[in-house]
Amino acid sequence: MRNKIIVGLSVAAAALLAFNLYKVFMVLPDEINQGAIYRIIYIHVPSAITCFTCFFAAMIASALFLIRKDMRYDAVAAATTEVGLVFASVVLVTGSIWARIIWGIWWTWDARLTSMFVCWLLYAGYLMLRRAIDEPTQRARLAAVLSIFAFTDVIIVWKSIEWWRTQHPGPVLSIRNGGGMAPGMEAPIWWNYLALVMVATILIMVRMRQEDFRREIDSMRRWAHAL
Amino acid sequence: MVEARNLMYMFYGFLAAWLIVIIYVVSIAVREKHLHQELERVRRMIEQREKV
Repeated sequence: MRNKIIVGLSVAAAALLAFNLYKVFMVLPDEINQGAIYRIIYIHVPSAITCFTCFFAAMIASALFLIRKDMRYDAVAAATTEVGLVFASVVLVTGSIWARIIWGIWWTWDARLTSMFVCWLLYAGYLMLRRAIDEPTQRARLAAVLSIFAFTDVIIVWKSIEWWRTQHPGPVLSIRNGGGMAPGMEAPIWWNYLALVMVATILIMVRMRQEDFRREIDSMRRWAHAL
Repeated sequence: MVEARNLMYMFYGFLAAWLIVIIYVVSIAVREKHLHQELERVRRMIEQREKV
C-alpha cells in the first residue's frame, strides 16, 4: 500500500512540477526591477514554507512521542527533520545566489538570514545528536526535547521580517498582508509549494520505510544472537 | 550583459536547488541498498545458526 502511494505521489508531483516550470519560465513575464532573477522566488519561498511545514510536523511528532512514548512518533520526527533540513539548505543556497545579484553580496548577517542559518544549525545538531546516542529511548527523548526547542527559532525566522527591518525584504505574500505581488505572480508560489510538499512526503515515506527495515534488521539480529 | 548575468544566476539557483534534492535522493537510495544487503546478511546468519 505504502509503495503504491509513493508511486502515485511521485507521478502527481512530477506532473505538477513540470506544469509549474512551464508556467514560471514560459508564461510569467520578467519582473520590472529585477529582471529574470526574481524567478528564484518560485523555488526559494516554496522551499522555505516546505521546510517550516516539515519542522512543524517534527515538533508535533516529538511532542506526541513525549506524551505517548511510542517510537513510531520518534521515527516520524527524525524523517521529517531530515527532509526539512534538505529544503532548509535549498533556501539558504538559492537565497544566497539571489542576493548576489540583487544586493551584490552572497551573504549578510541580517535578522532573517541569521535566524534561518541558526535554524539550519539547530536541526543539523538534532540529526548529529541522534547519531551520537546509541540507546534508542534516551535518543528519542533528548531529540524530541531539542526538536520542540528548535521550533521556537522557526517562529523567529517567520516573524523576523516583521520584527526587524534589515536587508531582507518584508512580507510579500498576501496571507501575510504583504500585497507586494500581482495575483498572477503569487499563485505559482503556492502551486510549487504543493509540489514540494508532495516531494517531501515521498521522501519522508521512503525514510519511514527504511526505519521499518532498520527495526526489522535489529530484531532479526537479536533473534540470531539468541539462537 | 546584465540580463545575461541575471539569467545565468537564475539558472544556477534552480540548478543548485535540484542538485541538493537529487544528492539527498541518491544518499537515500544508497542507504536503501545497504539496508537490503544488511537484511540479507542477517537472514543468512540466522539460516546458518538454525542449521547448527
